[in-house]
Amino acid sequence: MTFRNTRSLAAFGTLLAAGVAYPGQASAKDLTLCWAAWDPANALIELSKDFEAQSGIKMKFEFVPWPNFADRMLNELNSGGKLCDLMIGDSQWIGGAAENGQYVKLNDFFDKEGIKMSDFIPATVVGYAEWPKNSPNYWALPAFGDVVGWSYRKDWFARPELQAEFKEKYGRDLAVPKTFGELKDIAQFFQKREIDGKTVYGAAIYTERGSEGITMGVMDVLYSFGFKYENPDKPYELEGYVNSAEAVKGLEFYKELYDCCTPPGHSDAYMSEDIDAYKSGQVALHMNFAFTWPGINADANVGGEKSGYFPNPAGPDGAAYAQLGGQGISVVSSSQKQEDALAYIKWFAQPEIQQKWWQMGGYSALRKVVEDPGFATSQPYAQTFLDSMAIVQDFWAEPSYASLLQAAQKRFHDYVVAGQGSAQDALDGLAKDWTQVFDDEGKY
Amino acid sequence: MLKSSVDRVAEATPHAIARRMHGLSDRALAWLFVAPSIVLLLAVNIFPLIWTIRLSFTNFRVNRPNAEVEFVGLKNYLKILSDRDIWLTMQATAHFLIWTIVLQVLIGFTLAYLINKKFRGNDVWTTIIVLPMMLSPAVVGNFWTFLYQPQIGLFNYAVGFLTGADPSSFSMIGDVSLAPWAIIIVDTWMWTPFVMLICLAGLRSIPPSIYEAAECDRASNWRQFWTITIPLVLPFLMLAVLFRGIENFKMFDLVVQLTGGGPGSITELTSINLKREAFEKWRTGYASAYAVILFVTVFGLASIYVKALNKVKQR
Repeated sequence: MTFRNTRSLAAFGTLLAAGVAYPGQASAKDLTLCWAAWDPANALIELSKDFEAQSGIKMKFEFVPWPNFADRMLNELNSGGKLCDLMIGDSQWIGGAAENGQYVKLNDFFDKEGIKMSDFIPATVVGYAEWPKNSPNYWALPAFGDVVGWSYRKDWFARPELQAEFKEKYGRDLAVPKTFGELKDIAQFFQKREIDGKTVYGAAIYTERGSEGITMGVMDVLYSFGFKYENPDKPYELEGYVNSAEAVKGLEFYKELYDCCTPPGHSDAYMSEDIDAYKSGQVALHMNFAFTWPGINADANVGGEKSGYFPNPAGPDGAAYAQLGGQGISVVSSSQKQEDALAYIKWFAQPEIQQKWWQMGGYSALRKVVEDPGFATSQPYAQTFLDSMAIVQDFWAEPSYASLLQAAQKRFHDYVVAGQGSAQDALDGLAKDWTQVFDDEGKY
Repeated sequence: MLKSSVDRVAEATPHAIARRMHGLSDRALAWLFVAPSIVLLLAVNIFPLIWTIRLSFTNFRVNRPNAEVEFVGLKNYLKILSDRDIWLTMQATAHFLIWTIVLQVLIGFTLAYLINKKFRGNDVWTTIIVLPMMLSPAVVGNFWTFLYQPQIGLFNYAVGFLTGADPSSFSMIGDVSLAPWAIIIVDTWMWTPFVMLICLAGLRSIPPSIYEAAECDRASNWRQFWTITIPLVLPFLMLAVLFRGIENFKMFDLVVQLTGGGPGSITELTSINLKREAFEKWRTGYASAYAVILFVTVFGLASIYVKALNKVKQR
């Protein structure tokens, strides 16, 4: 090779190196936040502009649709990937992420910055931030409070002819149900009814098989029927709790509701399918997480006065619980920008930012925001959100949560949608599967 | 005199390189050229395979980097082979595999036979028929979920129109008895053109002189079909069956989009089940053993089949 060629090659190499290095330098002051692709994520983009203006740090976002969210992000965490600096991960990931060192422990940071967990809704602290549960070890800041509740067609409920017919049939007013039994009556009443020349159906509930849908729906009902995850006095003892007579009744109820009162083809429905069924005017009742309510309220077809909201009704013994949703925001251990990521959390925890977050459609978990006297009337669904957050329970958040969840998905879908076996068989099988998982984990 | 390009390249080659290359045998040169491909093959195929076999004897979980990895011997294999749910997914896969192959071969061959006849618009019809196989399986899956929708789906509407049934009275992907057929219909719709193309190649490879000789011998069309067409197209058909068999044994994307393995676990094929074990439950060691079992099954069956195919070709 001639000297001239060598020189050219060196010059080309230098240029190439400069080209490679330049984006690296440019990205020194940016942060990537990973979350699910849904309406609140869009609100967070808007909210974060304030952080960008204050800090000079550019925010990048990596949003993944819910059905693939866990797959994609857990892959990222497990492989020690550097894509995400901040993760708004599902509440069930907290155990695994804490024990496997995937999230940064935030206790020292909270102490240093004066961020107190007592300032947040207690259920969100336990659900989104703590591991082990009910211990002061914090791995996230509660970022988005969420819970399963119901929206209903207030305008249909208000029709005099329907009210009269309902009263004649059931001997009570057509109103927000106080028990799950009443809820099923209402759903049955609307099933295949002609309203404004269109056939409508009773209820849109969760039945999705692939990720977590049917489990979230079934558990949301089972809690109020008396389901317990384990013996409260002897952790991981499941037999007689998971498959108790009360739990069996709850699961039978869910199947009856699915069989009697859902729209045709509702065999694989989760958040987006349920929203579609409700917004298109197909159903009278709609089970979904609270994050859907701002969208429903603003919808041209079913929004405003046409819709109302209510928390989970009570089970046969009068107990009412609801499935917790929502997430906390964590700093990813493999991030090389942890200082900047912590600065974002510090900014996000400020009461005025949390207030703005609520106004933009994000459910703040800060007590100062939700306990404000004007909060309950600030939106038509705000009181329902508060009532629902007061009765939450959550699925396992163990490091083995994915195996526990998959077992539940299979058992529930096999029984509820495919109609295989009995509710007792399904819950006996589930207790056996979960016991096996915990046995593999060395819990016995 | 003009120099040849080889001479010009030789003259331009720097002395240092020319000296180094001097003395390399043809064999060494050949190795030099294929070495990058072999290294790539080892890195991308062979090493992961060996690593997977190694992991299959452990309790390794990729989401537990801090946990101690234990050697568990054949425990994973025994667990898999004695798991009733896994045998059910094998059954679902076998049902899917057998019916898709039977339908695709029958319809594919029939289409090829018809397309092979000279008629007006032959090329246009060929193009239209092969369109489905050019689409992405994910797109096809999504597209057919709409067609199967009980309230607005065209498929349900067409069935309702033809049979008089209420279109919203049945759900192809939500009903336990219909869902296995729903995925078979879509796969057949998508991949029959592929079988057709292979059969068409087979039909067009038959010399017309054989048919002419048969006609001189007064052989009927039926006899020509069974004694000339079928035997000569058979190797092509068998090749199509091999391709479709291997493809459908590892079918994933289309079925995930259509049914997600449901209702219940009725359409949960082995590849979907394996993905759940590996990337949802994160049981890496167990999933590795599962993958090895599937690999050995496909490899074993394919080897036997290829031997049979070679015998047919030699006849």
